[in-house]
Amino acid sequence: MNSEGGEAAAASPRAIVAGHGDFAAGVISAVAQITGRGEVFVAMTNRGLAAEDIAKQMRDHLDASGAHVVFTDLPAGSCTIAARRLMRERPDLVLVTGTNLATLLDFVFNGDTSAEAAALAAQHAVARGRESLVCLPSAPGAASGR
Amino acid sequence: MGVELYRIDDRLIHGQVVVGWGQPLDVGFIVLVDDEVAASEWEQELYRMGVPPGVDVFFESVETAAHDHDRFRGDERAGIVLTGDIATMTRLVDRANGSIRAVNLGGIHHRAGRTQRLRYVFLTPDEERQLRELARRGVAVTAQDVPAARPVPLDDVLAGTGDS
Repeated sequence: MNSEGGEAAAASPRAIVAGHGDFAAGVISAVAQITGRGEVFVAMTNRGLAAEDIAKQMRDHLDASGAHVVFTDLPAGSCTIAARRLMRERPDLVLVTGTNLATLLDFVFNGDTSAEAAALAAQHAVARGRESLVCLPSAPGAASGR
Repeated sequence: MGVELYRIDDRLIHGQVVVGWGQPLDVGFIVLVDDEVAASEWEQELYRMGVPPGVDVFFESVETAAHDHDRFRGDERAGIVLTGDIATMTRLVDRANGSIRAVNLGGIHHRAGRTQRLRYVFLTPDEERQLRELARRGVAVTAQDVPAARPVPLDDVLAGTGDS
């Protein structure tokens, strides 16, 4: 599912990453270190903001970037609730919550700036992010004997 | 058990409430007291989404919350009562016949006319007056965003010395 948009499309912001503390800036810096494409995302934090200001800032970021996807850290978080409010006024907005690094790394290399492609890329990224969660050993006492 | 925390937080249900307080208190229910949310199915669905399946959420107006307050207090599970502003909590305290003895300031963020008192508490002069009135009536008012933080007494909040 690689993008047909090439380098030019990948260089434009295509999603907002929003969360608690420095979650967004931190995970985007990891994306940049691994792929060199941190500019695909715009970071925002909820730190110090009331609910209505979180929604306003997210709306401003979406308008400025043209992004169609919001990644948030926590399902119960205020950024997630803000994004869900915005989905009411923006039918093509896609929300992904529970975001991890693997999710964003997959999104970087898929989709383009169109809403439809972004939605497909987000779904693909969610699957990849979910697959990346692993606990080792897989069960208590399952460690290899030494 | 029953209600373990009466919290004023303009984000209502969010990470600090569900995870920060909810997990250490092993919360079984959250009472969201807000007349507007209580009248809107859509708002309720919004807030219900992020709450773990084992936690009940009750959406109440001030009137219905006051009516059901004894039932919440007698619940065998631990619970949190939330309001989005000081005025709503004050109305609830008024109707609870002295049964609310402590109120937590969890997050009252910047807005025009408010002065910063803590990192996460901004107050208008009228809101300060309302908090002083709650304290005068014997309600212990402290600010504490998360359980690991030090509870800041109201006097320190109003003096702006709570972050030091």
